[in-house]
Amino acid sequence: MENGRRYFLKLAGISVLGLGTKPVLNAFASSEEGKVHEAEIQNNPEALDAKRWAMVIDTRKFESEEDLKPLIDACNKIHNIPKLTNKNHEIKWIWIDEFKHVFTNMDHEFVDDRVKNLPFLVLCNHCEKPACVRACPTKATFKRDDGIVLMDFHRCIGCRFCMAACPYGSRSFNFRDPRSFIEEINPDFPTRMRGVVEKCNFCAERLAVGKMPACVEASNGALAFGDLYDPDSEVRELLKNNYTIRRKSELGAGPSIYYIV
Amino acid sequence: MNDKNKIITGLVIFIVFITFPFWYNRGKAASIPEPKLTDKAKLEKVCVEPKDYMKVEHMQILDIWRDSVVRTGSRVFVSKSGKKFNVSLSTGEDSCMGCHSNKADFCDKCHDYASVRPYCWDCHIEPPKEKK
Repeated sequence: MENGRRYFLKLAGISVLGLGTKPVLNAFASSEEGKVHEAEIQNNPEALDAKRWAMVIDTRKFESEEDLKPLIDACNKIHNIPKLTNKNHEIKWIWIDEFKHVFTNMDHEFVDDRVKNLPFLVLCNHCEKPACVRACPTKATFKRDDGIVLMDFHRCIGCRFCMAACPYGSRSFNFRDPRSFIEEINPDFPTRMRGVVEKCNFCAERLAVGKMPACVEASNGALAFGDLYDPDSEVRELLKNNYTIRRKSELGAGPSIYYIV
Repeated sequence: MNDKNKIITGLVIFIVFITFPFWYNRGKAASIPEPKLTDKAKLEKVCVEPKDYMKVEHMQILDIWRDSVVRTGSRVFVSKSGKKFNVSLSTGEDSCMGCHSNKADFCDKCHDYASVRPYCWDCHIEPPKEKK
């Protein structure tokens, strides 16, 4: 084999030619990708907007679990929530619990009978400083500008850090494929798949089309929903005129669900 | 070179074996799929973007749409022709599947051919199958 200068120069020349084709190839490859989805995506003009959404639950208007059932059923039906009988696999967006479990820091031996036996409605608190958002490694859980703590189910990898972080137990994990446990599928809302976490979304999909959350709509006025930063809103009116409590507010998460007891 | 015959036979067998998939499947290539449009889609004539763009970039559009709905809550798409669409895969009449309600003949045909398996339908609910 010829190993001289001549051979080296030939090889170098061919290599340089080869390198020169790269920009040409790039130009061909990018001609298709260059086009972007130019047209715009707008907000629905009917969408409800707020600086920070909040809810006031008037527990004086509820007496038994029967009164709360329609609210829970409305949510379960709209959001395709599976009915799993195994306690460990349960999926909960909005549910009922006792005073001593809901307000752990306020419970004492001599709580009055009404409060002691009253069923409390609990759901995601859509905190001002949500621990779940900080814990999520993929940004699947995030806080929107209007205060709603939302989940992007597409991004959830099912690590369950958020469940460990949430002080309210508001999150559920799909240990099983939920599809077969849904009684009646609502085609307008997706189900979830096995291996993702889910929770209440403050009916973000309903607010986007100008509707109030399903539980509020079904509550006959016992639940109020509105903008916490709007001094004239219904929730502010209620907060001004009633003594309200929040769950575990000493943790500093800033829950947005207020209870009139 | 006493083993010449053995070596050649071995080579022939080897080559036949290696090329088996090629000549066995010769002429059996699946024809290029032609997605079918529903009557509703045919009447509409235009999609959110021109047909050629949709063919190549529909997955990008779905990605942009998903982020738009989930992250910013913007749900109304205005196409270049000024027509408004619901930014949604399967919710309502003016979503993707509202028009292309024939998933088997529209989506699956090409996806099967290209061996692409999008997991949209693990969560999103596919339109009810049309009875023929």
